[in-house]
Amino acid sequence: MGVINEAKKLMKQNIREYGMYIALVVIMLTFSVATDGLFMSSRNISNLINQTGYIAVLAVGMTLILIIRHIDLSVGFVAGFLGAVAAILLTKTGVPVWATIVIVLACGALIGSFIGFLVTKMGIPSFVATLAGMLVFRGALLRVTSGTGTIIIPNKSFNAIGNGFIPDIAHIEGIHTLTLLLGVIAIGFYIWGEFNNRKNKLTYNFEVLSNTMFTLKLLFVSLVIGYITWTLSGYNGLSWTVIVVIIVVLIYNFITNKTVLGRHIYAVGGNPDAAKLSGINVNRITLIVFSSMSMLAALSGILFTARLQSATTTAGTLFELDAIAAAYVGGVSAAGGVGKVTGSIIGAFVMASLVNGMNLMGVDISYQYIIRGAVLVAAVIFDVKTRNKRS
Amino acid sequence: MNENILEMKNITKTFPGVKALDDVNFQVEKGEIHCLVGENGAGKSTLMKVLSGVYPYGEYSGDIVLNGEIQKFYSISDSERAGIAIIYQELALIPELSVYENIFLGHEIKKGKLIDWNETIKQAGAMLKKVGLHNVNPATKIKDLGVGKQQLIEIAKALSKNVKLLILDEPTAALNEGDSENLLKLLRELKAQGVTSVMISHKLKEVIAIADTVTVLRDGQTICSMSAERGEISESIIIKHMVGREIDNIFPKRNHKDFGDIVLEVKNWCAYDPKIGRDILHNLDFNVRKGEIIGIAGLMGAGRTELAHSIFGNPGEYRIKGDLFVMGQKKHFKSPNDAIKAGVAYVTEDRKGNGLILIDDIKQNITIANLKQLTQQGILNRNEEVKAANYYKESLNIKAPSVEQKVGNLSGGNQQKVSLGKWLFVKPNVLILDEPTRGIDVGAKFEIYTLMNKLVEQGLSIIMISSELPEVLGMSDRIYVVSEGKIAGELTAEEATQEKIMEMATN
Repeated sequence: MGVINEAKKLMKQNIREYGMYIALVVIMLTFSVATDGLFMSSRNISNLINQTGYIAVLAVGMTLILIIRHIDLSVGFVAGFLGAVAAILLTKTGVPVWATIVIVLACGALIGSFIGFLVTKMGIPSFVATLAGMLVFRGALLRVTSGTGTIIIPNKSFNAIGNGFIPDIAHIEGIHTLTLLLGVIAIGFYIWGEFNNRKNKLTYNFEVLSNTMFTLKLLFVSLVIGYITWTLSGYNGLSWTVIVVIIVVLIYNFITNKTVLGRHIYAVGGNPDAAKLSGINVNRITLIVFSSMSMLAALSGILFTARLQSATTTAGTLFELDAIAAAYVGGVSAAGGVGKVTGSIIGAFVMASLVNGMNLMGVDISYQYIIRGAVLVAAVIFDVKTRNKRS
Repeated sequence: MNENILEMKNITKTFPGVKALDDVNFQVEKGEIHCLVGENGAGKSTLMKVLSGVYPYGEYSGDIVLNGEIQKFYSISDSERAGIAIIYQELALIPELSVYENIFLGHEIKKGKLIDWNETIKQAGAMLKKVGLHNVNPATKIKDLGVGKQQLIEIAKALSKNVKLLILDEPTAALNEGDSENLLKLLRELKAQGVTSVMISHKLKEVIAIADTVTVLRDGQTICSMSAERGEISESIIIKHMVGREIDNIFPKRNHKDFGDIVLEVKNWCAYDPKIGRDILHNLDFNVRKGEIIGIAGLMGAGRTELAHSIFGNPGEYRIKGDLFVMGQKKHFKSPNDAIKAGVAYVTEDRKGNGLILIDDIKQNITIANLKQLTQQGILNRNEEVKAANYYKESLNIKAPSVEQKVGNLSGGNQQKVSLGKWLFVKPNVLILDEPTRGIDVGAKFEIYTLMNKLVEQGLSIIMISSELPEVLGMSDRIYVVSEGKIAGELTAEEATQEKIMEMATN
């Protein structure tokens, strides 16, 4: 009885977060049934995750942008343009892959600082500044691809970022052993981290979850990680895209939760005037967040270009809207100040699962858009309603 | 004796926890200029909001009788239809629209379904003449006019609605002397044309110059009505009635009287606000010593909050002249962060607006101004954070189930304690408190006063800005009175009285 009450309490406190995970599970199960298990097959899950990568990294950056009450509409074509720049560097100049990546990411950060400069120092609303950016980079993308049209990239190691999988260590039929091993290591790290955290809290005499609840939580999360890696290892194992996304999420999750910068970002979003009077340099925070966004747009461009193995003239179209939708579905508040990087990733997967599942079911594209729109609205309604209830 | 155009009978209006109006009676004779005076928070604005329908019928008890008929106003448009117009201190004009568009906004002149702009411009011109603005082109945009003229256009707008009873809420607060005189002259002219006016004002000289009748409100009650005709009005009598309240015995004693060196001092402090295009502070000089509480008294709009902001790193980006010394060293704070580093903390007047982050919890609010304290190698120690927040929750007696409680869900008193905790956590030498007890209950007030005493005993210096005279008198070692951006006087605790302060503040 005690455990059930505790679970109820946890559920109540975290309804928004858990609601999203539940929604994802419901969507997955529904499609699984509707497609006779095809949706949950190793191959499809692997595809689904890899397709979502370039939107997921954008959603991470967009989360911070929306938290500080701004918006960035330029990210799609910044990604498209910098993807083309990467293609040109690789095919025309022979710059090595690693240098290409560094240069493109640096260009992204530079573009972001400029947008941040327009927003903070020039006082242009971010909607306008980034709308202008969207037009400019769309033009820039057309400009750099005008002579060649689509630029095919023959470089295998670059393309692997979007298509390749991590190598295997032992060859067992039907199982990718390194993926499984990494899964086990991840579970180990997770359990170690949780125990450490719990121990620290106990030395401070803070309240912690009951032993039963704690065990259940560990078990549950370990099972989820285990299941995902098991599924992936049944196909080609972990892709490089997934590795990139995981690293980005870990870094941003760390920054938002564990650093002063992260706290200042939330404060600026929660109440800019109070943040200013608390000694926070609001302009500096805004600049950093826009730089990080465009740098992630550059990364998104790399992932997308590598996945297509080419830079196209229309790359990046509507990425920004997918990223914004993912963040909102993932629980970022439209009023700013609230939102989690992990939430937005889940939001991205919810939206991607919908597309993937409906494609498998053969749902007409017209209905797909309508359903995605409805899900976005439903998610935000749920968000607004649960938020009101808590306050 | 003329007949009354308006009678408000036994009006009582309560807000959660506060009785804003307590059985107020208010009568206005036809054709007179009636001034309503009282301290900040006496209930003047609430009374006028009841009259204008901002607080609709049913939310208050008592009767509003206009021209002998009981009225039930459910909205502002109801009271406007009955011939009542209110002009607020914050003007309700739209800067980007022209004068004629503004005058007839909401009651446009129509020909069929469409607006008749020619007739609108013609009538606007006539209205402008009525208020003495002969040289203003009706096509001028509002933003291109000065505040004084804008005020007159508000009146023109009211006149265009065929107003019988004109209510002005501190109309001259933002005006210079010339503009103020113009406005008073206009009120007299309107009176000659049969318009009745009710004016709320803090400037007693004006009140005496213009009023036929003065009604004083204090703590939500009518204290008295005085008539000029019978020679009952004088400045000292008005002040006596305004402040006549007994000082409650809620101020804890403080025995500590040995002050140290001057900790913070400003000299020739001037500020200009480019956003409103006006000088807001003129040549202020003041200082605070170690272990001392100084009170900054004055009326709303006197420039007290602006003074605090200008010292605390100037977040409003005023243009500042003058010298600031902290611990004997000359300082130029470029941002609130500089001020915090130098040991100055500022608890804002508007805790919901720019003090706290309401969607965040207690611990996040308490630690936000000093997160460095909680980091090791750049990593935030969340357990240390909870510990620090718990310390202030205990020591300030913040009533909440845990420090994870959202600040938006706390009562005003507890929110104020969170604000205090936040600024004590930066370990300041000088604490500026802006209206530290506004909107909080008596119990929490007492706790905050006790805390202030404890803090000065530990050597902190406090600059307390307050509109509540008893609080200023009960807590301060020294008092500066600010009026219209200037220091109107300095009083020691011994020589200060409510009357003296009010006299300085209203001049």
